[in-house]
Amino acid sequence: MFPELNSILNSTPDSFKSSDFILVSDRRADASFLIHHHLSFYLRAGCKVCFLGLVQSFSHYSAVSQRLGVSLAQAREKGQLVFFEGLKNSIGVILQEDTSQETQPLSYLRTPGAGLEGLFRFVERSVRQSGDGYAGESWGPPVLLIDDLSVLLSLGVSVGAILDFTLYCQAAVCSELQGNVVILVRCEEEDADDDEEGSNLLQRGLVHQCNLALHVEGLPTGYCRDIHGQMEVWWRQGEETIYNQRKIFHFKVHDKGASFFARGTSSAVL
Amino acid sequence: MAAPVRGMAGSISIGNTTSFQKKTRSKLVSIPGTRPSVQNGQLLVSSGYNSLEEDRYDSYSRMLLKYFLAEGVVCGHELFLASARDHPDQIIEGQSQPSDPENPDTMKIAWRYQNQPKVQIALASSVRFGHYYDVSKTMEPELRQAAKCHSFYQLQETPVTTGSRSRNVMRLREHGHKGKNSKVRNVLRLGLHSLGSVLWGDDVCCKDNPAHCHALTTFLYILRGLLRTSLSVAMVTVPSHLIQNRAVMGRIIRLSDTAIALESFKGSEKETNPLYKDYHGLLHVRQLPRLNCLSCEVPDTKDLAFKLKRKQFTIERLHLPPDLSETVSRVSKTELAAGCGTTATGNKHLDF
Repeated sequence: MFPELNSILNSTPDSFKSSDFILVSDRRADASFLIHHHLSFYLRAGCKVCFLGLVQSFSHYSAVSQRLGVSLAQAREKGQLVFFEGLKNSIGVILQEDTSQETQPLSYLRTPGAGLEGLFRFVERSVRQSGDGYAGESWGPPVLLIDDLSVLLSLGVSVGAILDFTLYCQAAVCSELQGNVVILVRCEEEDADDDEEGSNLLQRGLVHQCNLALHVEGLPTGYCRDIHGQMEVWWRQGEETIYNQRKIFHFKVHDKGASFFARGTSSAVL
Repeated sequence: MAAPVRGMAGSISIGNTTSFQKKTRSKLVSIPGTRPSVQNGQLLVSSGYNSLEEDRYDSYSRMLLKYFLAEGVVCGHELFLASARDHPDQIIEGQSQPSDPENPDTMKIAWRYQNQPKVQIALASSVRFGHYYDVSKTMEPELRQAAKCHSFYQLQETPVTTGSRSRNVMRLREHGHKGKNSKVRNVLRLGLHSLGSVLWGDDVCCKDNPAHCHALTTFLYILRGLLRTSLSVAMVTVPSHLIQNRAVMGRIIRLSDTAIALESFKGSEKETNPLYKDYHGLLHVRQLPRLNCLSCEVPDTKDLAFKLKRKQFTIERLHLPPDLSETVSRVSKTELAAGCGTTATGNKHLDF
């Protein structure tokens, strides 16, 4: 959890907006540090977290979260965290060695055209489980984290099917259960030829669905060692605000966190 | 022949540089040829983990692949090489002989300057890790045969459809890797040459909207999964000049951990550009790995170039050749004055 990002987004583990749909996207940069932030944030807040880890293994997130002060292994044991190992389980599905019921969430690997219903059923089951945690603890509102959604495009799933899936997730998690959803989408360059079925289309579709969008890009002036990129925060108008708000920050990622600062105020520059 | 590469700071995965490798938290296991990273306790292998090489004109990536495999032979790792164009044995036989690093020349006349810190042109890593190779000699057969090599030659396999091609390779790879359950744990180095080219049965290089691009990206995804669950490192080379669709290239880059693009000057207009006369090509770092940590070691600069000398393949920071010509600046000023037109006869130094 990054304290500076908390103050930018005006949220703390003790008080944060519920029914929030947050879109994290990047273009030629890596926004996965924001996913690590949200994972440790919601675990600290005591929420029930369902994490779809489609591109990295559990030990990767575990190692990073350790540095941020949260133990994923413990959270998983207590039942607070449900972690879906996309990479590991895919091998068995593709090699057709494992055709048990447990691989239903990965049905998109066998038949990409069929859609993501299996995956949605898994998400639904995980977020609705409550009260059966460690020593009968009940957790806070459920949170769904997905890292990252655009890899499904590489596996042959269509943009329409993915958008359907996110709509169902939003209805189940945000509207019904007053929980939050955080999704990472990695985009191509703007002028990529094949945009009909591309990640740019997916990102545009999700921007319309979300309440908060965090977009990470490299600096427009080029590579810099001290400033790793810029992050654009876009708040959709809500009850308190009458117009959308947009702000840009620079950031630098280090070993135990990330620091954010207003443009032009990096310590390397001042 | 493989190529020796001077170490580079950070995690750029070429040659004998440190790179990240995802492994189990095995601090007690010591495997030859690996070293725990100071940054995050992972085991490092000299040369990339699932590193992707994009080669514009496909000449140098083969050399780096051979280097990667040669390093595996010297460290005693197992090798697996899959190729569709050249027979894998040809590639393995062409590896270079490890040699001692050359001694820096001792200065004779300006010997007082010898102790001055050298300009950091060659990117040096703080810890020597890996071996140097002599490109002009091929590896001794005894050394090569001591290593266990598995190979997969596409043209020898019975014709299969694209989908099952992936499965065949993966099955072979699984077989080659049952050894991870044995007592002696060893690293498996995978080399996949020219993935995505037509010889593998893909039409990714033929069309703008290929029907088979999902097969390629799904294969890379599954490969990523296999690498995460075993002690392996993979280096994949991709002929990017043949792949028209940039979106596919972007997806391939994101599915790997480290991605490097080699842009050779051969046959392009940059060959005659005086800026680049010392080098054979540019090296672009497209992606750096961030495994088990939030941030990786960030290089000082991303302007890198490579050159292939008789015995060495080096990667350096791009720097301009010294401007030794005295007439250069004068020529440009007279051109400027002529361009202004009306004041060609006036005092040149006051022209603006």
